[in-house]
Amino acid sequence: MTKKSNISGKYEAGVKEYRETYWEPDYEPKDTDLLACFKVTPQPGIAKEEVAAAVAAESSTGTWTTVWTDLLTDLDYYKGRAYKIEDVPGDDESYYAFIAYPIDLFEEGSIVNVLTSLVGNVFGFKALRSLRLEDVRFPLHYVMTCGGPPNGITVERDRLNKYGRPLLGCTIKPKLGLSAKNYGRAVYECLRGGLDFTKDDENINSQPFMRWRNRFECVMEAVDQAEAETGERKGHYLNVTAGTVEEMYKRAEFAKELGSRIIMHDFFTAGFTANTSLANWCRDNGMLLHIHRAMHAVVDRHPKHGIHFRVLTKCLRLSGGDHLHSGTVVGKLEGDREATLGWVDLMRESFVPENRARGLFFDQDFGTMPGVMPVASGGIHVWHMPALVGIFGDNACFQFGGGTLGHPWGNAAGAAANRVAVEACVQARNEGVEVEKNGRDVLTKAAKHSPELAAAMETWKEIKFEFDTVDKLDVAS
Amino acid sequence: MELQDYHSLLDDPDSRKLETYSYLAEMDAGAIRKQIQAMLDKGWEVAIEHVEPERSNKTYWYMWKLPFFGEWNLDTIMNEITACRNAYAGHHIKVIGYDGKNQTQGMAMVVHRA
Repeated sequence: MTKKSNISGKYEAGVKEYRETYWEPDYEPKDTDLLACFKVTPQPGIAKEEVAAAVAAESSTGTWTTVWTDLLTDLDYYKGRAYKIEDVPGDDESYYAFIAYPIDLFEEGSIVNVLTSLVGNVFGFKALRSLRLEDVRFPLHYVMTCGGPPNGITVERDRLNKYGRPLLGCTIKPKLGLSAKNYGRAVYECLRGGLDFTKDDENINSQPFMRWRNRFECVMEAVDQAEAETGERKGHYLNVTAGTVEEMYKRAEFAKELGSRIIMHDFFTAGFTANTSLANWCRDNGMLLHIHRAMHAVVDRHPKHGIHFRVLTKCLRLSGGDHLHSGTVVGKLEGDREATLGWVDLMRESFVPENRARGLFFDQDFGTMPGVMPVASGGIHVWHMPALVGIFGDNACFQFGGGTLGHPWGNAAGAAANRVAVEACVQARNEGVEVEKNGRDVLTKAAKHSPELAAAMETWKEIKFEFDTVDKLDVAS
Repeated sequence: MELQDYHSLLDDPDSRKLETYSYLAEMDAGAIRKQIQAMLDKGWEVAIEHVEPERSNKTYWYMWKLPFFGEWNLDTIMNEITACRNAYAGHHIKVIGYDGKNQTQGMAMVVHRA
């Protein structure tokens, strides 16, 4: 029988097994509980239940020994509980531990607080060889305490007046070293050629070769000129990521003063506190917020240790952002198709059901929280367009860096090639054509009216990125 | 391939683009019908708007009548486009598919460029 520390009536000093308190296989999770699934790889020889219970304890109320102040509260109410253990398909050294935490353990609207508990000290726990937070079910009650995306996909489309197609962007390269004026030139050429957005590279902040204020001025002049020339609404993600939040706000205010529609932030290197504050500022100031994810692969790529990207995705949606990089499936960076579709759903949908084939361990209800626009960026070019339209549909932003700037006739022609390609794929899809299968025909037909697209197709006809994914979903073969 | 200039000028009205499909070759009536049919197939309500070319970058264009709620006949909608064109020669004309479930326009495409 489970001995409960605070109802025995007497204080007994010493060390108890975690499972006595924190393993409850009969527990029925409540709708209000925050649920977590960890992939646990223990040191050899320790019982599964003991390790699962230890993870529950160390990420909630427990410490290594009994303390007398345990008896001053209702620990049975406040503790996290391991309630289920599952095998990992095709892996005999690890297993999944499911843990339920009462909602009272977390400060409202604070992703920082949630992560400090769930992925805090427990990740250094000696009984574990490695530990990975695979998924979290945020109860709707908690979701409703978070601000979420400052605008969301629907409002973004209305602001930009763009419907029925994916958006197109481009990261300006070389990523470091251009002067502000030359950088603005590259922006202008991309936007006048037909892109919706251009983007600061993530490590462009305010270096000696191009200070932020000078960049903002040159870029916004380029945006304004391109809007006048094309008659379409455009934006450049002005990166306001900075060393202090005071500096971040200063840059955001100046972007607003110049009339920018969108700014950009690196949520993981800057941290969730800064990100949530900036999202609040954007909501108050009618500004779109593009989120880059530098550093994510440090914690989400190893299959047995860290935090899965689907958890970071949920955290970012709750913390706030209108765009988030999702991977491309087809380009130069890591990303399995089904897993990517799983976290793309988590960005965009109101309700995402459990689906183990996509790595989703729980139902997740976001209620009325706006959706985040997934951004596919990295090593993509016109030949990938049919697949991108097939995989992501309309509510996504495709960013072609080299695939725009590397066009033999320059940025404007590269931009036009991408715009023609995306519109041709959307038109064909709406006519009932399976664009992923018939991509070559769709593009070839469109290129008859677009020498820019024909040149792009010729330039990149041989480029593929076919490497195996490092972090695969755990599915039985 | 020989290096080409990208032609686009502030004082050339043809350089003004009109969002989705404005970078493709002009669609004929058959191609437009397919796109509108796709909107109807999704259960979207179809509407027509028009505007003077110099105001084309504004959020609100003139509405032609009301959205055609519950109208699933493609010929009826094509006839309305023609009627709008006849009434407002010199205007751009746009067809919209209202996706009421998601409170957005699922599609907005210019079907006649002045």
